[in-house]
Amino acid sequence: MATSAVEHAAPDAPAAHSKTGVWSWITTVDHKRIGIMYGVSAFVFFMFGGLEALLLRIQLGSADNTFLSPDVYNQLFTMHGTTMIFLGVMPLSAMFFNFMIPLQIGARDVVFPRLNSFSFWMFLVGAIVLNVSFLFNAAPNAGWFGYANLTETQYSPGLNTDFWVIGLMALGVASLAAAVNFFVTIINMRAPGMRLLRMPMFVWMSFITQVLLLLAFPIITVALIFLMADRYFGANFFQPDANGDPMLWQHLFWIFGHPEVYILILPPFGIVSEILPVFSRKPLFGYAAMVFSGAFIAVLGFGVWSHHMFATGMGPIADASFGLLTLLIAIPTGVKIFNWIGTIWGGSLQMKTPMYFALGFIAMFIIGGLSGIMHAAVPADLQQTDTYFVVAHFHYVLFGGSIFALLAGAYYWMPKMFGFMLNERIGKIQFWLMFIGFNITFFPMHFLGLHGMPRRVYTYPEGLGFEFWNLIETAGSMLLGFSFLVFIWNIWLSKRAGVAAPADPWDGATLEWSIPSPPQEFNFAEIPTVHARDPLWEQKRSQGRPLPEPPRVSGEGIHLPNPSVKPLITALGIGVFFTGFLLGSPWPIPASLTINLPVVLIGFAMTAYGILSWAFEPA
Amino acid sequence: MRFRSIAIGRLLWWSPLLTLLVLVAAGCAENYPQTTLDPRGEFARMVDDVFMTTVRWAILVFVLVEGALVVAIIKFRGKPDDPEPKQIHGSSVLEVVWTVIPAVILVMVAIPTIKVIFETAKEPADAMVVEVIGHQWWWEFRYPEYGITTANEMYVPVDRTVDLRMVSDDVVHSFWVPQFAAKRDVFPNRETRMWFNTEVTGEFPGQCAEFCGIQHARMGFRVVSVEVAEFDSWVAGMSAATEPVSVEGDSVALAGQQLFLTKACIGCHSFNAAAPPPGQIGPNLANIGSRTMIAAGMLENTDENMARWISDPQGYKEGSLMVIAGEITEAELAALVAYLRAQQVVASPPVVADIQ
Amino acid sequence: MSHDTAHALHPPTTTGLDNRKLAIWTFIGSEVMFFSALIGTYLVYKGKSVVGPFPHEEWTSPTGEHFEHIFEIPLVTFGTAVLLFSSFFVVLALAGAQRGNRKMLIGWLSATVVAGLFFVGMQVYEFSHFMDKGLGYTTNLFGSTFYTLTGFHGAHVTVGLIWLGTLLILSLRGKIPPEKALNLELAALYWHFVDVVWIVIFPVVYLMK
Repeated sequence: MATSAVEHAAPDAPAAHSKTGVWSWITTVDHKRIGIMYGVSAFVFFMFGGLEALLLRIQLGSADNTFLSPDVYNQLFTMHGTTMIFLGVMPLSAMFFNFMIPLQIGARDVVFPRLNSFSFWMFLVGAIVLNVSFLFNAAPNAGWFGYANLTETQYSPGLNTDFWVIGLMALGVASLAAAVNFFVTIINMRAPGMRLLRMPMFVWMSFITQVLLLLAFPIITVALIFLMADRYFGANFFQPDANGDPMLWQHLFWIFGHPEVYILILPPFGIVSEILPVFSRKPLFGYAAMVFSGAFIAVLGFGVWSHHMFATGMGPIADASFGLLTLLIAIPTGVKIFNWIGTIWGGSLQMKTPMYFALGFIAMFIIGGLSGIMHAAVPADLQQTDTYFVVAHFHYVLFGGSIFALLAGAYYWMPKMFGFMLNERIGKIQFWLMFIGFNITFFPMHFLGLHGMPRRVYTYPEGLGFEFWNLIETAGSMLLGFSFLVFIWNIWLSKRAGVAAPADPWDGATLEWSIPSPPQEFNFAEIPTVHARDPLWEQKRSQGRPLPEPPRVSGEGIHLPNPSVKPLITALGIGVFFTGFLLGSPWPIPASLTINLPVVLIGFAMTAYGILSWAFEPA
Repeated sequence: MRFRSIAIGRLLWWSPLLTLLVLVAAGCAENYPQTTLDPRGEFARMVDDVFMTTVRWAILVFVLVEGALVVAIIKFRGKPDDPEPKQIHGSSVLEVVWTVIPAVILVMVAIPTIKVIFETAKEPADAMVVEVIGHQWWWEFRYPEYGITTANEMYVPVDRTVDLRMVSDDVVHSFWVPQFAAKRDVFPNRETRMWFNTEVTGEFPGQCAEFCGIQHARMGFRVVSVEVAEFDSWVAGMSAATEPVSVEGDSVALAGQQLFLTKACIGCHSFNAAAPPPGQIGPNLANIGSRTMIAAGMLENTDENMARWISDPQGYKEGSLMVIAGEITEAELAALVAYLRAQQVVASPPVVADIQ
Repeated sequence: MSHDTAHALHPPTTTGLDNRKLAIWTFIGSEVMFFSALIGTYLVYKGKSVVGPFPHEEWTSPTGEHFEHIFEIPLVTFGTAVLLFSSFFVVLALAGAQRGNRKMLIGWLSATVVAGLFFVGMQVYEFSHFMDKGLGYTTNLFGSTFYTLTGFHGAHVTVGLIWLGTLLILSLRGKIPPEKALNLELAALYWHFVDVVWIVIFPVVYLMK
């Protein structure tokens, strides 16, 4: 461990910190700044998605409500799902990948900083393509799962589905680039002594997530290519008249879609596995079991996609096999939950806000896990699938799970990221508002689903008994929405109060707490050497805690990658290229060409220029 | 002071649960005709058994695990200056234990699951075949045995197994009648099957369960389970229904008959249940006068609703193919309703659901 | 404690594997899934076309139009062989680059590019020829799946050609010295992968009946 300053250190030397202004952010290749940009934009989109959900809830507050038109409702529920998954939870995880992985493994940056910048801009391009559709009243409206053949031109003639296809393709490029980057970073950029089985659990779970991204995203890309071919060029992939089979879409979508679920939950698993030990002052229980159960979940994740399709009538053998495999997932997931409880058991729990959210995560995730087992019982699932019971289930794992954990991560790491402490009192108030609002909103959905309310319906008639719980849920959702305003208020207030965060406010166990808050651009004045798991605890034990506050140093002589605008140009080029697919042909002939060829070619040229100039630019 | 804050803390902790209990009690008072929890047929009962098995295990696991979590949170709450707790890194014994116990529970869930998967997949013997055709956004039912076609209302004799052969005319739908069976998706160009039987008479609502476009929410239907004799008379009536029921002598309804032609209803709808003309894209209307629901199982079949539906189909069901040609006056509307009301193959609406 | 500020410019990697090489391998792993999905779809839809023309059989339409079978094995077999040889050529070119043998590098790299160009040319000829025989992109499932699968492979070959072509220009200017041979090695890895994919596509698409 080397956290002491190099000899010629000058406290608060501005050398590496003088880069300010918009341009410095646009051209930045610093993983920390990119992480912040991911976080800010993801949070904005997350609030969008939440707003969409509140509108949906208002519409469903009473029977035969006419607050939203059917088409607007369908646009909103499609965008709510798509936004929360691709523009909310995934990039919020990406924020932590970016900011924390290099710090936790003791690296100065990710392995390919410019590729990292490209991933972010590409993500932003995809996110904007998806959302700009609202301006044309043509937001995607066929569900986040976009089941063929409803998405064929015949049934979805508008631009709605085109925006969806193109937005998701752009996001796919962003995710793949980021996954290659973090995969190699974690393998190759670890500090000396940071063996695989010494890596922090967040790094481990992130690593597994990158593998899932690498293997799952190509599949959805292919499915989207087929859909695009059908819509733009008249191919037959999902055209029943030509023997094209809508089942093919479902298979391809869920071979991607189920691993995607773990892409959404594994990083939060990692976050919680960081927080629980620190606030229990006790190491993670069953480290190896945690690693292997995570890996096992990921492997099984590729073998259970058809449990989304039990109602399609695949036959008893397929149903039984996929049902059993799905049941199996409960075992490693259970192992994780038991190890978390084992971690806090016998600890000395410091009930700070991150701990509240982490414990709330466990409590809620258990409920989501148990309803998940019910879906694996195939006959039971035949009643539950496509009802509000499923909506309840996945909100318990994705909101009660992922979002609680991501907020735990935010309260835990924001002092490190921004250098000020968040208000504990308001944080706890937010937790309780969120916890109560969440349960009022989503628990009754179990009842509604079991009592026969299908999902994705813009309204329901009187007489089916759905009014009562829907109204309760709508009320709960308002409370839930309000809790996020409290979060924003907390950030604003705490920033103004400006209680400076020390390097190590929580008695942390991992390397990010060994450097100043916020970290300097080069992260580590000297690359640390790691001798154990929980390296900072180990160091404190050997040197006596608390450690002196690490000074800010000049960082002179530390080579850092140059800023570059080429990744942005490349991402914009791809964006322009895709936009050509949305603009329509400028010429009447050939009539079948529904793309704007000049724009496509300009985009192609921009991309080519971006890549080539990038390749020959000194890093 | 300290005591009060603890008490408030306790109350806070329990308040969600208490609220929930009150709410559940309130929610249970509702009437749920489309519920999955009150099976009225063999298929739904087997499914319900599996579900209840999972519920029992889930509750047990929930209580134990959440209990352990809550105990740990209460018991091991520490203060910042407490001594460092004992540093435990894990326990192989425990890892094995909490791998094996869940595995055993899962086997207990898996056994009934597998059993029922295969039982429900069996080809039903001596069943009445009903062909289900999904349309955006209504259901067509055909009885090959009797040569009958109808829409949005499936008559079945009580206690007789029904063998569904399902296909979609357009996009993917899902047939779901919760109290008798479960869901089965309905695909274009791919036949799917499911069977069910009814153990009671009455009317039971069902609904499309797979998102199928703008009006997915309003694609319902009814299963009408009747005594065998009543079913036979329905079959006899429908088989004889090759043309509209005569409205001679009723001048209002006669005007409606004329309007059915001039307002182009005839272009999509037929009253011929026995041999419907090919190529008609709207639901068959034989027996429309005595159906309990119209507009694909969504509106009660009152004169008022009928008039509302005919005069402004896009207002109630935006995006549906139904339109009315030109303006329609109140008098014309009344005439059309009278004419449709007269289209009764069985005398009166069947008994209202006897559920609950 | 480590004091490796001297190595700050090129810090050694944890595993000793080169970062860029590992990245290419990672990317190839992802691409395997991409082509698996394309090939899988081709197989799922094999023999499902409602109308002809078909890959291996003749077909007469209900209106009496006659279509020959589509595939002509000899040409594509030759093309496959050429592509396979190009993989061998790029190995020799890399050997040349590593040894600093400029002649060997330029010669074999040119041969690789020429072979790649031949393959793409063959594909262009084949596509236009199949179109003439009545197999459009939208004609049937066979057309849609065949052109999509082989088209995407062709696009990968083209990207590889642009990459190798750029390196050829650099090597002509003497900018691929032995210490930069890795730049060629990365392209070669990708090129091998594209070849291997074709080795799967060729029997699955052209030979399997």
